[in-house]
Amino acid sequence: MSEKKVKRREFIFTATYAVGAVGVGATVWPLIDQMNPDASVKALASTEVDVSNVEKGQSITVLWRGKPVFIRRRTDEEIAEARDVNLEELKHPEKDEDRAKDPEWLVMLGVCTHLGCVPLGDKGEYGGWFCPCHGSHYDTSGRIRKGPAPTNMEVPKYEFVNSNTIKIG
Amino acid sequence: MSDHEYTPSSKFGKWFNDRLPLLTLGKHLTDYPTPKNLNYWWTFGGILTFCLITQIVTGLILAMHYVAHADLAFGSVEHIMRNVNYGWLIRYVHANGASMFFLAVYIHIFRSLYYGSYKSPREIIWILGMIIYILMMAAAFMGYVLPWGQMSFWGATVITNLFSAIPLVGESIVTWLWGGYSVDNPTLTRFFSLHYLIPFLILGLVVLHIWALHVPGNNNPIGIDLKKPSKDTVPFHPYIVIKDLFALLIFLIVFAFFVFYSPNILGHADNYIEANPMVTPAHIVPEWYLLPFYAILRSVPDKLLGVIAMFGALFILVILPWLDTSKTRSAVFRPLYKQFYWFLVADVLILGYVGAMPAEGIYLLVARVATAYYFAHFLIILPILSKKEKVLDVPLSITEPVLGGSVSASVVRERKDKL
Repeated sequence: MSEKKVKRREFIFTATYAVGAVGVGATVWPLIDQMNPDASVKALASTEVDVSNVEKGQSITVLWRGKPVFIRRRTDEEIAEARDVNLEELKHPEKDEDRAKDPEWLVMLGVCTHLGCVPLGDKGEYGGWFCPCHGSHYDTSGRIRKGPAPTNMEVPKYEFVNSNTIKIG
Repeated sequence: MSDHEYTPSSKFGKWFNDRLPLLTLGKHLTDYPTPKNLNYWWTFGGILTFCLITQIVTGLILAMHYVAHADLAFGSVEHIMRNVNYGWLIRYVHANGASMFFLAVYIHIFRSLYYGSYKSPREIIWILGMIIYILMMAAAFMGYVLPWGQMSFWGATVITNLFSAIPLVGESIVTWLWGGYSVDNPTLTRFFSLHYLIPFLILGLVVLHIWALHVPGNNNPIGIDLKKPSKDTVPFHPYIVIKDLFALLIFLIVFAFFVFYSPNILGHADNYIEANPMVTPAHIVPEWYLLPFYAILRSVPDKLLGVIAMFGALFILVILPWLDTSKTRSAVFRPLYKQFYWFLVADVLILGYVGAMPAEGIYLLVARVATAYYFAHFLIILPILSKKEKVLDVPLSITEPVLGGSVSASVVRERKDKL
């Protein structure tokens, strides 16, 4: 009889803790989630860029979601260099064909995947980009070749609205 | 606080003290028995209290004039510098005050390392101190972001990106910290809020730190347990109060030198350029007090391991009381530990130096060796010393070596030989 009573009491305790934990969780979640990107930040999700003035061998940098995006019209040598690489040499193997749908245009986030600095163009040992913060070298396809960055520079979702305009996002 | 009963002399005092024993606390603090051989390295606790109060008071005033908004912050800091009455003075005291705070805290920590103040029964004091130190770094980092200059912006970008190294959830955590897809206005406003909060957390922890100190009492240069009160102690007031105030005065000369003669020497010229998310400054360097950890971060070629090493360098200090288990506290009686102590000091200074240099060539090599040594000191050298080191005989009281002539190791050794 007494054993049964203890069991019932333990059940009530456990149930109370469980309901209490759910209640605390539900109360705390809004306090945490308020720090995530708000509606006004999310609303700025896409940008259209006019690229008619960009000549071969030139780059422009535009701001998208507060981050720089590199748009580079590559020269034939750069394209050849990017496509000739043996994928097994790469830290983060990605084909240039997958990164630049139109080989002439390379569009990627100008953010070093190490700690988020903006790499400098036409620099580094692989003729692409070099991050001054902690010395990561990227090739002409924006792939990491040397240094602490773990992955290639990210290619965002983009499309050519017409031959002169790129829509990022 | 239970070491004596105290009865106020006035009737009102007694009435009040029966209801809230503040006068008993005051009496405890003035009478608090302190080892009489404390040297000037022990004055930095008082100096640090002064630093904390200075930062809170000047920060409170700056917040009256500063505007936490990405478009207005940079201008409002210049407004403080140019238009607000004595704004330049208050801002320079606050900015240099942070550096002075860290200068004092590093001396305080290294004093503790030399004299073994982290050892039993003072582990909790040490751990509270380490939490305060970590909070100080968080507060300093967020404070540096507020002027919204180039270094503010890119420092914030690099440091918050450290969390992206966490597998799976890293990116979501960084987005959550930012409140967007990059460091921007939501980041600035939340950093301001937290920068305002942390000093008060530190203040609370300082109270606990001192409370925990007053249970066993101060350690001392020869690191022995004392009977309190006894011939080996003096009351805190007036002896220690006067000594602390004198040391504070000397410290203030250094402080004033920076504020009035070279207020920007510890900062970076780049931070007088407004934040620009399109251009990273050629040379991103954190404030001097974070450089050793920055050097450790950069010395590891892997992103996640680099971040782990950096935070590990801090965490390893927290568990120090269980890595160094030697019963002898003071380095005065530990001839080998004393040497390794100075190697560690040199190692940390070297790390600080290479942290300010570009991460390439010889600097990178030196940083790697120094990082390895840093961890070896705590994980290999200290545990081995704890077991193998032949320590010198420790005097039985403070008075003994004083009357005998000296506490220096050689004298102690000589006396030991004679016996």
